[in-house]
Amino acid sequence: MSNTDTALELYRLMCEIRAFEEEGERLLRAGRLAGNLHLSLGQEAVAAGVCSALAATDHITTTHRGHGHCVAKGGDPERMFAELFGHADGYSKGRAGSMHIADPDSGILGATAIVGGSFGMAIGAAFGAQVLGTGAVAVAFFGEGASAEGTLHEALNLAALWKLPMVFCCENNQYAEMTHVREHISGSIRAIAAAHDLAAEEIDGNDAVAVREAADAAVARARAGEGPTLLECMTYRWSGHYVGDPESYRDPEEVAAGKAADPIALLGERLAAGGEGERLEEIREAANRRIAEAADRAAGGQPASPDLLLADVYAS
Amino acid sequence: MKELKYWRAINEAMAEEMERDESVVLIGEDVGRPGGPYIATKGLYDRFGPTRVRDTPISESTLIGLATGGSMVGLRVIVEIMFLDFLTLAADQLVNHAAKVRSVSGGAFEVPMVMRTMCGAGKNTGPQHGQSLESWVAHIPGLKVVWPSNPADAKGLLKAAVRDPNPVVFIESLQLWASRGEVPEEETLVPIGAAAVPREGGDVTIVSWGGATPRALEAAEALDSRGVDAEVVDLRSLAPLDEETILGSVAKTGRLVVVHDAVRPFGGGAEIAALVAERRFDHLKAPVRRVTSQFAPVPFPPQLEDAYYPGTNDVVDACLASVGEAAAR
Ligand SMILES: Cc1ncc(C[n+]2csc(CCOP(=O)(O)OP(=O)(O)O)c2C)c(N)n1
Repeated sequence: MSNTDTALELYRLMCEIRAFEEEGERLLRAGRLAGNLHLSLGQEAVAAGVCSALAATDHITTTHRGHGHCVAKGGDPERMFAELFGHADGYSKGRAGSMHIADPDSGILGATAIVGGSFGMAIGAAFGAQVLGTGAVAVAFFGEGASAEGTLHEALNLAALWKLPMVFCCENNQYAEMTHVREHISGSIRAIAAAHDLAAEEIDGNDAVAVREAADAAVARARAGEGPTLLECMTYRWSGHYVGDPESYRDPEEVAAGKAADPIALLGERLAAGGEGERLEEIREAANRRIAEAADRAAGGQPASPDLLLADVYAS
Repeated sequence: MKELKYWRAINEAMAEEMERDESVVLIGEDVGRPGGPYIATKGLYDRFGPTRVRDTPISESTLIGLATGGSMVGLRVIVEIMFLDFLTLAADQLVNHAAKVRSVSGGAFEVPMVMRTMCGAGKNTGPQHGQSLESWVAHIPGLKVVWPSNPADAKGLLKAAVRDPNPVVFIESLQLWASRGEVPEEETLVPIGAAAVPREGGDVTIVSWGGATPRALEAAEALDSRGVDAEVVDLRSLAPLDEETILGSVAKTGRLVVVHDAVRPFGGGAEIAALVAERRFDHLKAPVRRVTSQFAPVPFPPQLEDAYYPGTNDVVDACLASVGEAAAR
């Protein structure tokens, strides 16, 4: 792929993620979804940049704020929406909801609603890849808030010790729920990784191309058996912690400044300057259409029935 | 048949399964070259090599994560968590993750892992190495829980656990570690979810599992000399629970005594008593009795352990009370 093709692909992925999140928000506000939604608006460059560097056979684990990662990794938006609706066509047959997308076909091991819970399965998949010699890489997405959980330290130590084919991708969106990172984290997340001898890098998380380049290098290192890398992608959470969060804890001016660094607009400007301007509109519209159609089809599905409750608890 | 010690039966089960299936790997603290803190993994590192037998850092949570993720992508991971008490550090990965994977993925992922772990009850291990926490895990949909009481079951259940497509918690008893028993020469799998009836009798049913079962059997012998014919049901699996064997036995005897080393409130005995009350109430000739440890942290010195755990005499007394005789003491 040429650099331009890669950038256009990143643009497309980001547009799909944004459309997914906006559609989800719209549905929730319209009272059509139960439960909570944690949106990744403004963070699309991280999901697109990292997931586009992976093959379908590579694995990711993600978090409560994971729709973007799943869309970018090849999850089917229709089945994702079906899950949000609580419909039987959802990835969990409509039982588990927005924070629980898992799909072997696209390499999504799972999202988790437990902060700091995403490292375990990822490190296990990387271990499996190493033992079985499959060449697959595993990426654990996590928020900066999760770096205060002990699980990160355990996983960094072990992944580095065993040179596991793994990438730790921290999405530093400045907030953990209602609290700014400076009130939670002493020192830097990269320094934690460095202490365990991981290669660690800070990246402009709103620059999809920069994220992609860093991810390419980290994935190549992992595949070559050179061990794990930690990428700290600096970005900003545009929406509240959840849809409906009153956001009394932050200044609207700060939010406006955060939104000024719009990853889609940034890449769009760059592509336009390179003469690709007229394709952008078309890509955006196709993305919006794809997502809207997926949501529509999902809306027409069957609500999960109670006889699904006991299905899939055990394998036989 | 051949005679094996309990730990050796566990060791043989792992060796045979690793020999049979290359996807079986073993991880844990000191399980490699040292052969395990209690030598359960002796010889496996030399035989199967460092890729498949791996010493790990002391990171229980991540060990369960390794086992979960590895088992989702094609391995069958046996992970040793040194003591059942250390489950507390790994509970998130086991309870919130491993146990949920299959359901959350709509049945698309399976987690064929085994968490082997030691219960130190009765061996002077104290409050943080001696707890019997089996009901914590048996309470979680998606987990299977087994606890063998003798070498043959240890071997056959562990082999079955390795082949099971679900996460299995395999509890081992330190108090049985050096006990000996007959084990079949030929390959034998003990089905998960099937209780054993090591002693048949018509007067009272004693239900027990793990390290408590030898005391239940001793009690049955002692009762025999008092003219009471006790049946012993050794659960072997707590999840899934072999309800039919329990209910069948109580239908026959009309009396139930449950014996366990875990504390009483919300313990396995409560579950079994409720099961029988719901489904065989009309058959009961006497109140159900539970013989358990005391509701206190596990003590370490022998004289306090004797006072803390249900002993053979306590089981005898409960059975005699159940059949309406005065207690022996
Ligand atoms: C173990 C655990 N503790 C607390 C919570 C509640 N909680 C949900 S999201 C969140 C903040 C997470 O922040 P971060 O990791 O930075 O991710 P972000 O929300 O910014 O994507 C908290 C505390 C939880 N879900 N799990």
